[in-house]
Amino acid sequence: MEWANQLCENRQFGSKMTDSKYFTTTKKGEIFELKAELNSDKKEKKKEAVKKVIASMTVGKDVSALFPDVVNCMQTDNLELKKLVYLYLMNYAKSQPDMAIMAVNTFVKDCEDANPLIRALAVRTMGCIRVDKITEYLCEPLRKCLKDEDPYVRKTAAVCVAKLHDINAQLVEDQGFLDTLKDLISDSNPMVVANAVAALSEIAESHPNSNLLDLNPQSINKLLTALNECTEWGQIFILDCLANYTPRDDRESQSICERVTPRLSHANSAVVLSAVKVLMKFMEMLPKDLDYYSTLLKKLAPPLVTLLSAEPELQYVALRNINLIVQKRPEILKHEMKVFFVKYNDPIYVKLEKLDIMIRLASQANIAQVLAELKEYATEVDVDFVRKAVRAIGRCAIKVEQSAERCVSTLLDLIQTKVNYVVQEAIVVIKDIFRKYPNKYESVIATLCENLDSLDEPEARAAMIWIVGEYAERIDNADELLESFLEGFHDESTQVQLQLLTAIVKLFLKKPTETQELVQQVLSLATQDSDNPDLRDRGYIYWRLLSTDPVAAKEVVLAEKPLISEETDLIEPTLLEELICHIGTLASVYHKPPSAFVEGSRGVMHKRLPARTGSGESTESPDVGTAAGGSAPEAAPSIIPSQGDLLGDLLNLDMAPPTTSGPPPPTTGMQMGGMDLLGGGLDSLLGGDIGGSPAMGAGFGAAPAVMPASLNAPVGGGLGDLFDLGGVGMPMGAYIPPKIVWLPAMKAKGLEISGTFARRAGVIQMELILTNKAMSVMTDFAIQFNRNSFGLAPAGPLQVLTPLGPNQTIEVSLPLSTVGPVMKMDPLNNLQVAVKNNIDVFYFSCQYPISMLFVEDGKMERQVFLATWKDIPNDNESQFQIKDCHLNSDAASSKLQGSNIFTIAKRTVEGQDMLYMSIKLSNGIWVLAELRVQAGNSNYTISLKCRAPEVSQCVFQCYEAVLKN
Amino acid sequence: MIGGLFIYNHKGEVLISRVYRDDIGRNAVDAFRVNVIHARQQVRSPVTNIARTSFFHVKRSNIWLAAVTKQNVNAAMVFEFLYKMCDVMTAYFGKISEENIKNNFVLIYELLDEILDFGYPQNSETGALKTFITQTGIKSQSKEEQSQITSQVTGQIGWRREGIKYRRNELFLDVLESVNLLMSPQGQVLSAHVSGRVVMKSYLSGMPECKFGMNDKIVIDKQGKGGASEEAAAGKSGGGGGKQSIAIDDCTFHQCVRLSKFDAERSISFIPPDGECELMRYRTTKDIILPFRVIPLVREVGRTKLEVKVVIKSNFKPSLLAQKIEVRIPTPLNTSGVQVICMKGKAKYKASENAIVWKIKRMAGMKESQISAEIELLPTNDKKKWARPPISMNFEVPFAPSGLKVRYLKVFEPKLNYSDHDVIKWVRYIGRSGIYETRC
Repeated sequence: MEWANQLCENRQFGSKMTDSKYFTTTKKGEIFELKAELNSDKKEKKKEAVKKVIASMTVGKDVSALFPDVVNCMQTDNLELKKLVYLYLMNYAKSQPDMAIMAVNTFVKDCEDANPLIRALAVRTMGCIRVDKITEYLCEPLRKCLKDEDPYVRKTAAVCVAKLHDINAQLVEDQGFLDTLKDLISDSNPMVVANAVAALSEIAESHPNSNLLDLNPQSINKLLTALNECTEWGQIFILDCLANYTPRDDRESQSICERVTPRLSHANSAVVLSAVKVLMKFMEMLPKDLDYYSTLLKKLAPPLVTLLSAEPELQYVALRNINLIVQKRPEILKHEMKVFFVKYNDPIYVKLEKLDIMIRLASQANIAQVLAELKEYATEVDVDFVRKAVRAIGRCAIKVEQSAERCVSTLLDLIQTKVNYVVQEAIVVIKDIFRKYPNKYESVIATLCENLDSLDEPEARAAMIWIVGEYAERIDNADELLESFLEGFHDESTQVQLQLLTAIVKLFLKKPTETQELVQQVLSLATQDSDNPDLRDRGYIYWRLLSTDPVAAKEVVLAEKPLISEETDLIEPTLLEELICHIGTLASVYHKPPSAFVEGSRGVMHKRLPARTGSGESTESPDVGTAAGGSAPEAAPSIIPSQGDLLGDLLNLDMAPPTTSGPPPPTTGMQMGGMDLLGGGLDSLLGGDIGGSPAMGAGFGAAPAVMPASLNAPVGGGLGDLFDLGGVGMPMGAYIPPKIVWLPAMKAKGLEISGTFARRAGVIQMELILTNKAMSVMTDFAIQFNRNSFGLAPAGPLQVLTPLGPNQTIEVSLPLSTVGPVMKMDPLNNLQVAVKNNIDVFYFSCQYPISMLFVEDGKMERQVFLATWKDIPNDNESQFQIKDCHLNSDAASSKLQGSNIFTIAKRTVEGQDMLYMSIKLSNGIWVLAELRVQAGNSNYTISLKCRAPEVSQCVFQCYEAVLKN
Repeated sequence: MIGGLFIYNHKGEVLISRVYRDDIGRNAVDAFRVNVIHARQQVRSPVTNIARTSFFHVKRSNIWLAAVTKQNVNAAMVFEFLYKMCDVMTAYFGKISEENIKNNFVLIYELLDEILDFGYPQNSETGALKTFITQTGIKSQSKEEQSQITSQVTGQIGWRREGIKYRRNELFLDVLESVNLLMSPQGQVLSAHVSGRVVMKSYLSGMPECKFGMNDKIVIDKQGKGGASEEAAAGKSGGGGGKQSIAIDDCTFHQCVRLSKFDAERSISFIPPDGECELMRYRTTKDIILPFRVIPLVREVGRTKLEVKVVIKSNFKPSLLAQKIEVRIPTPLNTSGVQVICMKGKAKYKASENAIVWKIKRMAGMKESQISAEIELLPTNDKKKWARPPISMNFEVPFAPSGLKVRYLKVFEPKLNYSDHDVIKWVRYIGRSGIYETRC
């Protein structure tokens, strides 16, 4: 050390004010001077000139004009000068590709140099010159360097392959460099192995499907061996690569874990985090009753805590990752609350992250300590931090019931401080506490009302208004309070306006006598004076509800609200799984998948946690199971844009934390019918298209409200008579369209659904093929249909009894009934389907052939046929052409009969066969048809007559499909 | 991987800019300056995303180092690299300052070329780098020397070169601990931990194989009574009292330590780098000796006066001396005047720091001292109450507050003719205050 320091000092002394002067030249005509100096005969002068050039380049001046002069300096045995010229070349070669060729010879020569340092330097620099012409010359030297006897050259060449691939991927493949690179994984030198792994991983990222890394137990073994020997950086490359491997079984996974755990004691935090990533991922595969599993869990905590004594920037990265780990496996750090206590001198970004984790770890056992801390934080200086601390107190109250009372009193203390933002934040969280524990803490309302005037943030105002509306019956002057807000109605933010509207309606329903004027005032403000469609829509709904049926309005508006969930801000489980696979990386810092911030193809591949292998699954101990959270489907909070949320939206619970919404509740036909009526009613009320009316309908449907019959009248129009009458029939060879892909795997996190519809023995069936193209097992399948034109609904649950493993396919047929809720779709035969599994809920829509709705008793009496034909107005008749059909009339007739299209009569006029046919749809609609077949003409003409002419188009499509198959 | 690396001065002028990837353009240099260095607000995160480009930064005095990327890089690695980069620069030219960077910019470019290839960190051990990046040219290297350099840079023992010779084989071990405390006004320990480092300076010939032993509870318990006598001898010298073994929560090691061996046998064996290295870091939370206890008493007398009394008690052997003791008592922003009386040392009100700073040069164990102060306040109409930041303390004590003891450090060099007994060894314990705070 001493000698080095001395050396440095000497050098500094000697070069004082020599090199830094290059940064200060601002003269004009500088370029010319430099040019002259570069061409000087004196070596020293040349070097000085190149230094000046580099300094100018650094500060952003354009010195590309000097290109030829600088390149001339390249041929030198002074390594320092050479490196400087190379640096220049890397920067400007692209702008002067022709000139860059001049340098090629020197590069090629240097690649043959006796000194390995020079060989490596040449190949390293050459790879950085992104000029096509140069890359051609690069291939031969690179090939030699990849097999160089010196490991330093080989490790540099390995990275160079990645560089070349970045410039010209095809060239790298054609030249066989990828295979050479793969061979380097077995190199004797650990650093060569590490760089080869890094290069291959990067190349593999842009070819997601090529099995470039070809990880198998043998190559994994090589990597694990190299892991013990290479530099800290090499260990990171190898660990990050290992994390992409999926072991074949739990044994292999355990043995890898055993060999990775020593890395947890490495001084380099990145090595530790990458090791944690590998362990978190492979742990998924270990049976939970295994002793090793709990040992591993215990081993993970200390290194994670140690990361918090690193430098603040690394602490931040570590905390963001710990946030993920705590969500995935809360048991690891549950006893480590204290280390997340905020220190006075922590940078703000560390403070905020620690606070987040504290809340996640808060439990009954440690809540007293946590609260004491939070109270302390609420008096700090940084506004964001204080707000978050106040909010955290509220969250503790919601999470740990025993602490609620203490939290509320703490919040009241804070309100007493009268610090504006503290008060506002406190009111927002108190609102949440009211939601969670109704009828418990309302005594504090009086205190809250005192602070009404100081609230200037929309969220706090809205929260206060919600409280006043919700507890209007207990607040004597609720009407005055709300009226005071109404004065500046149009200056308020939308959030506050919506809230105020709802609150006043609530008030009116509770105290109708005194507040009629107020409610009218707010309704007219919302509907007539506002441009905001959300506000107007909500206003109209309330208006209509109140004017038609106040009882119903009461049931809707004052309906019991779903409880809010304990955990908030949870990351959606599939995203969480993906982020766990990215521990240590930017994705884990941003809490976003790489595709959200990386351009191009890189990193777009979604990573997945491996599935636990069979053994030990059933004996899973319940406590671990629930604690583990994420992996157990039942514990995973679903993130369906479910009806609950929509209801929440409508009732203005939208500012509350998200509700715990389980799988969509099994809605009965009755309820669904009800909501359809409302949806339709609104449509007609507002004269057509209001945005999102189905959503609103759905929202009401989830409420246990039964819609008043009076709303029934304006609904439905022509579809009113579409309700099903049922049908029985005989089996026939009905037309079944081929299966098509309805839901591609890309859109459904790996679940692919294809299918078709069929009518077999009078039963409509949806025949599905489910394919799991993801890496993890899928379970808990369920299916649901949206309301549709013919009331199709699943007649039973989706029978997928065994979990669907990766790459497994299962065929299911789902019997359908036609007694479901009805809504006219466009096109008529459109069906919107939701399929749920343990991962998510997916939506797709498909079109069914209307022929499957043709019932078996659809043969009409001749007389009736005639009468009906005449009876249906001619306006309802539509004509279609079926082209290129080569069946004769009899063959056509029998073919159609298979699909329940019955020929009633046949007439031949002037060589033209006229077939008269009848069809009855499952909902009782009759369709009458006249099919004209002319011998020698492959074009058929068909006329369809029906009381509901909308169906004609679909029926025609069926004809075409049946006849042509 | 890292797409580029920039170094700025405090004004945001670029001192060094090295671009490794094509997707990072010159505009990235400006984006960071405008959005981070010149940002009005305090830095809210060490990672910033600007227009889909991510910037990682660290600051050393008034110099900004920023690594830039457009990919999903290993964030922990980038920061570790930036720290490493600082270490390397410090080892080459001392303090990281604008002046030094400008004076050594050619050297820095050369280093950056070597330790970061296409954005992938390469061997960055200064010991190895100094063998071939010298700024004096390497014209006169023999072939053997060259291959020795490359094998060291890429080798399994990249941190040490062959053929080191010393006339006197000597090694120094420093056990440096920082003890952290957060205490409630009532004297309840809210959190306390020791983070320690074992720093080794070795001047040993050849490739010595070393083995380090300490009073780690797990090892001692394993050895059972066999190691007890040795332990008893070692245990007496310290200041903390007769603790036999300590429970280490977690430890991390320099890359020279064979981790798999530690994992399997909990033995610490390694070939050390020449000169100084941080052999190990550790953390303990159990049975910590808290060298000082701070007892605060703050009384608000009306709206314009505060009375503060603080007692400190030293809690270690009377024969040991603590040094550089400093107690920092925060005062409200609207303080107009302060009167202080202290029994020992000197105390001063520092208006610019909003604190009373009380300094005591030396203090023996099991002693007590006291300060009392009257603080006059200006009346304000600020509704917000004073936040009462904690009272913090600094000190240095000649023992390890965790109770850690070095039991042995054995050196084996089979090829050279010196044995473990010939090596002169020095061990020193220093306990310093980390964040040592008592709320009031």
